[in-house]
Amino acid sequence: MFVINCPYCGERDQSEFSCGGEAHIVRPKQPTELSDDEWAEYLFMRKNIKGVQFERWNHTHGCRKWFNMVRDTSNDKIHAVYKMGEKPPVI
Amino acid sequence: MTKYRINKTKFVDQTKTVSFTFDGKKYHGFEGDTLASALLSNGIHLVGRSFKYHRPRGIMSCGSEEPNAICQINDNTDLTEPNVRATEIELYEGLKASSQNCWPSLNFDIGGINNLISPFIPAGFYYKTFMWPKSFWKKIYEPLIRLSAGLGKSPTQPDPDIYDHKHEHCDVLVIGGGISGIISAKMAAKNNLKTILIEDKNILGGSTIYQNNKNFIIDNQKSNEWLMNEISELEKLDNLIIKTRTSLAAFHSYNYLLAKENISDHLPLDKKNGSIRQRLWKIRADKVIVAAGAIERPLIFNNNDRPGIILANSVKKYLDFYGVSTGLNNIIFTNNDSAYETAVSLFEKGISVKIVDIRKKSSSNIVKDAEDLGIKIYWNSTVVNTFGYKKIKSIEIMNLSEDGSNVTGNKHKIQCDCLSISGGWTPMVHMHTQSGGKLDFREIDQVFVPTEKNENHINVGSCNGDFELEEIVKNTNNKVKKFLNINEGGFDKISVLCSKESEKKNIWLLPNTISESKTKSFIDFQNDSTAKDIKLALREGFKSIEHVKRYTTTGMATDQGKLSNMHALGIIADTAGAEMGTLGTTTFRPPFTPLTFGAIVGRSVGKFFDIVRKTSIHEWHVQNNAKFENVGQWKRPWYYPISNENLHLAVQRESKAARDSAGILDASTLGKIDIQGSDASEFLNRVYTNAWSKLGIGKCRYGLMLNEDGMVYDDGVTTRLGENHYLMTTTTGGAANVLSKLEDYLQTEWPELDVYLTSVTDHYSTASICGPNSKKILKKLFPNKDFSDEAFPHMSYQDAIIDKIECRIMRISFTGELSYEINVESKYGKSLWENCIAAGEEYKITPYGTETMHLLRAEKGFIIVGQDTDGTMTPIDLQMDWIVSKKKYDFIGKRSLYRSDTMREDRKQLVGLLTDDPNEILEEGAQIVSELNKKPVEMIGHVTSSYFSPNLNKSIALAVVKGGKKMNGQKLFVPMENKNINVTVSDFIFLDKENKRINA
Repeated sequence: MFVINCPYCGERDQSEFSCGGEAHIVRPKQPTELSDDEWAEYLFMRKNIKGVQFERWNHTHGCRKWFNMVRDTSNDKIHAVYKMGEKPPVI
Repeated sequence: MTKYRINKTKFVDQTKTVSFTFDGKKYHGFEGDTLASALLSNGIHLVGRSFKYHRPRGIMSCGSEEPNAICQINDNTDLTEPNVRATEIELYEGLKASSQNCWPSLNFDIGGINNLISPFIPAGFYYKTFMWPKSFWKKIYEPLIRLSAGLGKSPTQPDPDIYDHKHEHCDVLVIGGGISGIISAKMAAKNNLKTILIEDKNILGGSTIYQNNKNFIIDNQKSNEWLMNEISELEKLDNLIIKTRTSLAAFHSYNYLLAKENISDHLPLDKKNGSIRQRLWKIRADKVIVAAGAIERPLIFNNNDRPGIILANSVKKYLDFYGVSTGLNNIIFTNNDSAYETAVSLFEKGISVKIVDIRKKSSSNIVKDAEDLGIKIYWNSTVVNTFGYKKIKSIEIMNLSEDGSNVTGNKHKIQCDCLSISGGWTPMVHMHTQSGGKLDFREIDQVFVPTEKNENHINVGSCNGDFELEEIVKNTNNKVKKFLNINEGGFDKISVLCSKESEKKNIWLLPNTISESKTKSFIDFQNDSTAKDIKLALREGFKSIEHVKRYTTTGMATDQGKLSNMHALGIIADTAGAEMGTLGTTTFRPPFTPLTFGAIVGRSVGKFFDIVRKTSIHEWHVQNNAKFENVGQWKRPWYYPISNENLHLAVQRESKAARDSAGILDASTLGKIDIQGSDASEFLNRVYTNAWSKLGIGKCRYGLMLNEDGMVYDDGVTTRLGENHYLMTTTTGGAANVLSKLEDYLQTEWPELDVYLTSVTDHYSTASICGPNSKKILKKLFPNKDFSDEAFPHMSYQDAIIDKIECRIMRISFTGELSYEINVESKYGKSLWENCIAAGEEYKITPYGTETMHLLRAEKGFIIVGQDTDGTMTPIDLQMDWIVSKKKYDFIGKRSLYRSDTMREDRKQLVGLLTDDPNEILEEGAQIVSELNKKPVEMIGHVTSSYFSPNLNKSIALAVVKGGKKMNGQKLFVPMENKNINVTVSDFIFLDKENKRINA
């Protein structure tokens, strides 16, 4: 059970948050131009890294804000937390 | 005093007698005893039968590692609890304990026959035997296996006890109240850190508190006396919480820990009443110091499981802490010095003691003491067999060969009534590894010790592999100083004298003259797995420790292999010729000791199990005899039976009334989201499949929301309240998820949109009035309002006032009838409802529940998301092409509607079904087939909604069927257990396809 430093609220218990999967997957601006394979790549394919992973998190039972988090999935160490739209840090 | 209570100690109050029963017979112990010490004081060793072979077993230890002495407590009451360790439960007046896993009695157990046939039931016996004949499985094997599976009896009544949760934050949490824990806690608390010290026993002090030996001196005092003073000083510290009877259950990441405090388990039954039984502490600690101690290892030799064979240091604790002798003619069998402390202690109390040591010599102080006292020591020897069925009577020993791999010379028989064994110590690394810590293997004494990497917790004392008193005290002081960043530890100048072990020798499986297949050298005592089972598993190709564990069940009993795991590993390493350090350990998982379900759920039982949401009209529903249905957390009226009506009769009446005159539904639970902002219309365009830009102010529109994969996610009517203001409704169950999904897109994909979302579900109450007389009722309620179709058309909304209260009226319909929904602020909901009922009285307005609502909408062919859809249905599958905009460039899920898979024509599609017998009602979920004789029978769909329609006077159903769109009129079958029901595919709009009633 980690402690997450919400960029809007500060440190809170993990139970207040929910994870929204891999970060920095941008919804295509022109979906109709994409082939089935390209669309499927966006829609279904996600990384599942053992190690440093960029993730989307939502402070569901708090400010309801989405933000990004860099977490090492092998030891749950959180390297960085940053707002949506901000550049991902170099880890 | 009984024959075996030979010593007076300050830990057991021998002036306070406590009576208890074991297997129905009454005994006495004293306040401060555990059940185990009280039984031993009465000379009782035999307390249970082993799981597989039903061998007689005795108390073997004095702590949580106990594999044998597990009892049923307070059998035949609602407080009963199985698998309670006799070594841990404190004795109280009236305690009723009974043995487990034996029938008809502990002394004569039919299952003991398993011991005789043991050569035929080796490891993996189940997997090998119950394979054939196939037909035997269901009728013979499975019932038999179920009969012999499991330990103890579960309570049959709800748990009457109260449990509690407590959240706590601290600077430092110290786990374990032994000497290293006490030193750590004192250092932390004295340096102004908020500290919690937890200890699973009822008093602090660990094993040092009864270490009354001149070889162990701290600051010129015997170690027990020194520690006693430290504890009394500790108790004076302000910023220290000491919690005894509190055991750590789990150590999660980020220093989040769960500990279970026993509050009334040790109290007599009459004092338990009304008290909280256990409290689960949820602790977030800045720093954690683990001082969990070590567990003594057994030795693995033939017949090492007889009652009366006890771990050597447990023998010492029974003697020096509880004042109980485990026997009067003791033999100690050891590979290390620590057991000599037991020998000296026994000797000093006048108990006959001899020592068998596998080492060739040892020259430490404690060994010299034993020799000086004249205790007979058999060096370089091993036990090869033991005798005595229900209690050990004698042992046979032999000399070890030079390298220890074999035995030599003659067998020598020695009489005894207790055999104390010690195979060294295993640091309790469970906490460390649970938190993600790693282990190193230390070759010299064959132990896994924590690798210190984590900056937020450390291990001190014997759980860190420090076994000698001087090491423990000094290392703890130094480590804690560094860890807490403090200058003066308070223990810097301490002087410690102790006996130091000079000789170490370890043999995982002791040699014997007879072949292994004829020995029973137990490793896991509770699950009866032996050394030969481990070797068999290796011969059969199991290599990983995790596989061997599961195949042989070693370490899988209620004690989780606290005694057995290291030996299993050692024997695997020896047999496979592998380095033990490279094998790794099995995973240590929480909880460390079994945790009651009660402690886990705490107060969240009964009506506190989940949140209950009620509408403001709820009270009226209760008064009017409503039966309720749970929809998510909401309580919704299901139907309103009159006199003896059942569900069916009530729903038939309600449905008929709603179409013939007027019905009223509490629709307050529908999700409501207030949407504002200059881009609100554009936002709706992107999240719904249809177009929203041209919706006029004051108009309503039905919308269908998809997931990005094209599947229907939610639906509802949205009203345009102003230029930049909408009110969206969602399904009752989907409200929170829809809001979350919309927020996700707004915040992450379209942050440029100026849109604000607010959940207003609880802010408004809604009365929905439908039926041909609904307009007349509305006119009575709002006499000044024009309800003509021109002034107030279908799919529009208007503001109104009732009793000086503002309300919104939407003319929308989920039943296909002329219908109005009146929304008021929730606090006026009940008064609005009562006004509606009063106004509708002359039209016999009938309140109806969710079941009638479902029936009415099914007659009209309206879907319910989540009932007629299951996350695999596109709008095209639902024959709702009309709502999917062809003109819009994009909306959520649009692209997926053109994937090759979503465009398949043989997808399951929504259809209507009519039974050939109009009185036959299909079961929802029933499977649909097209051919009965083809094998295997191919399922082509299933029934999603099914009702008897009183308005059509026949049974109707909605279903999804592969390629159903093109099957209108086709005959299909719904096979049931006893018959096949013939059905015909039909249009799914059964009533008023022309929409005449909406404008009636």
